[in-house]
Amino acid sequence: MTVSNADKPTLPERLGTIVKTPVGVVMGLIDAPMRALQRLTGLSGMALFFLAPNMLIFGIFVLLPLGINVVYSVTGGSALFLPERTYVGGDQYARLFDCGNYLDALTCQEDAFWTAVGNTFWFVVLQVTFMILAALVTALILNRNLAARSFWRAVFFFPVLLSPVVVGLIWRWILQRQGLLNFILYPFGMEPYNWLTDRDWSFMAAVGVSLWAHMGFYTLILLAGLQAIPKDLYEAAAMDGTRPGRVFWRITLPLLAPNLIVVIVLALIRAVQVFDEVYILTGGGPGTSTLFLTQYIYETGFVSQPRNPGLAAAASILMGLVLVVLTLLQLGLGKRGENKGKRR
Amino acid sequence: MRMTLRSLLAGATLALLTSTAAHAGDVRIMWYSDGIEGEVLADLISRFKADNPDINVIIDNVAYGVVKEQLPIQLEAGNGPDIARVTALKDLSRHWLDLRPLVADAAYWDTNFGAQADWMRPDGSNQISGFMTQITLTGGFANKTLFEQAGVDLPGKDATWDDWAAASRKVAESQKIPFAMALDRSGHRISAPNIAYGANYIGEDGKPAPLDKGAKDFIGKFVGWAEDGTISKDVWVSAAGQTYRAAADDFINAQLAFYYSGSWQVPNFSTKIGNGFDWVATGSPCGPASCTGMPGGAGLVAIKYTKNPKDVAKVMDYLASEAVVKEFSERTLFIPAHKGVIDKGDLAFKTQDPQVKAALDIFVNATKTTSEQALKMPGWRWSDTVYGALVARIGQAIAGELPVDDAFARIDADVASKVKDSAL
Repeated sequence: MTVSNADKPTLPERLGTIVKTPVGVVMGLIDAPMRALQRLTGLSGMALFFLAPNMLIFGIFVLLPLGINVVYSVTGGSALFLPERTYVGGDQYARLFDCGNYLDALTCQEDAFWTAVGNTFWFVVLQVTFMILAALVTALILNRNLAARSFWRAVFFFPVLLSPVVVGLIWRWILQRQGLLNFILYPFGMEPYNWLTDRDWSFMAAVGVSLWAHMGFYTLILLAGLQAIPKDLYEAAAMDGTRPGRVFWRITLPLLAPNLIVVIVLALIRAVQVFDEVYILTGGGPGTSTLFLTQYIYETGFVSQPRNPGLAAAASILMGLVLVVLTLLQLGLGKRGENKGKRR
Repeated sequence: MRMTLRSLLAGATLALLTSTAAHAGDVRIMWYSDGIEGEVLADLISRFKADNPDINVIIDNVAYGVVKEQLPIQLEAGNGPDIARVTALKDLSRHWLDLRPLVADAAYWDTNFGAQADWMRPDGSNQISGFMTQITLTGGFANKTLFEQAGVDLPGKDATWDDWAAASRKVAESQKIPFAMALDRSGHRISAPNIAYGANYIGEDGKPAPLDKGAKDFIGKFVGWAEDGTISKDVWVSAAGQTYRAAADDFINAQLAFYYSGSWQVPNFSTKIGNGFDWVATGSPCGPASCTGMPGGAGLVAIKYTKNPKDVAKVMDYLASEAVVKEFSERTLFIPAHKGVIDKGDLAFKTQDPQVKAALDIFVNATKTTSEQALKMPGWRWSDTVYGALVARIGQAIAGELPVDDAFARIDADVASKVKDSAL
């Protein structure tokens, strides 16, 4: 008997059979118990069954540490083992809030905490404002038909790929007394200056370096949003002779709003968490002028002698609450955007 | 789901690796280096392993920051290496293993390392926790070349802090360097002049006393020097909180006339300055009360959570033996703590640099003028607490955030609060 070529299985079909056979055997084996489980628990029970491993991992690595952190925040002493710690109730929170005037950190018992709160607030205001403006302008420019457009996009995105430690070190080498900036300015008659030991300059350096390091990420999101705006809208506007400014306010900005909201909220959350590159750049100095909340928590819990994990935990819970509010804001605004889109 | 399975597999693998990490016969040493001591230790340990093939000694070379910030956390959790080189000897002493019943000859340890044994054991015990790999003493260094170029004489043996400040200022003005002097951003370092000015940190009950006139006098002077540019402001304002910063790089780059640090910088300067310029160790300048430096050093201690205490003791016996301590000190240019080695006085430091020998002689001689108060500090439970508060608040005063009088009040409040927190 001869077999025609048409009847012969092709290579992909053979490979498919090789893969399918053991999969079929396994599926056959688990099919019966799964059907039994479904009969017992119903469809919703099956959903829980499949979600359980993920929830277990989430519980172990997220919820459990969160719970432990709450427990730490109501205990005192420098010991790390919970059984060795004493219950102090809300004392750690009371200590954080023990303040004569919240606008003057030096009247507070934990003045470093309130200095860090104030610094973080101003950092968030300045960094997020400049970040959004810079990312938006950059995205608008990169969305145009530039020569070597891909190259310019890469240039703006590269800093995002750098480790925060590298970012901090690069900028420290640029801004320190014997750094690159002074080397450039010296021929113009400027005496070497340590930009990082001046309170105002160091704060602005922290904002600027953070901007440089993260702007590419937000630019990319906004660029994706710009490219999703239908071109025919711009063509129609051009045919009507609409001015560029009006096109931006009436077409670009409204249609970019969902991306802009994501960028604002992500930038806000990230700015509240600022730590690594600034820690390397200024160490929180000069004095406490670039001491931010995360560094305060780290130093209180791990560096200061003796350590105070309870106070650090209480501060981190307060910071966590701020982040929860920001996340809820993002979810709320995102949902509102979706609903608006559906109504359209 | 695929990610979940991957996570589970990764977790299981990690658990398996962790559970088999401490084999019988493994001795893990956590070691940090200021200079070449890591290489010397590796060489010494390779010889030990050749003679003791059943003991597998693993050296984890880490940054000092790991020892300072991560090791205490590991110890609190009942983990950590088997042996570690540390500087927080007293503060963490509850985690050290008592080697007394394990070492071959406890009397040898008592005789040769007894003078510092109390620095590294819980108060009131006679535990043998380890030994000092080197004894250090804080002291000054002067850039002799800059002084000569400026035509300024180096202040003499009994010169005061004011004498050094005046002379260094002249050098800085003449040689156009950014600062005349620098002192490391460290509570330990600034405590030397504080004590020289008559400070006493230890209260009658053994707990920290409020800052006294001696401490306030020098701190006030120091902040004033930072304001008028005599002392390098950069080092002290370059971080917040209790973070340590050294000014060694500024001295190495000939940006300072006088630098107050300690004996551990000698090998560092020998290697990095080379023939760049001439430098000398000066000992500690004098204050109204004394001309003291601050003693200290690093110790090698056994950790009580080890699974192999007998092997650990064997390694410690080897590293503490007279011949090994002598060779280690000669090669690393460290001042040894071993009484037998010191008494014999035949240390031949392995260096071609004549400045090193002269500097080490200065530091050895300076130990004779170390005050009683300074000698108490390494074994005092609260020394790091006071040092931390000093650094944080003086840094703020120099940065212009706090008037110096407020800084004094804050230092006292910080220390009192830490004592209360510790519930001791």
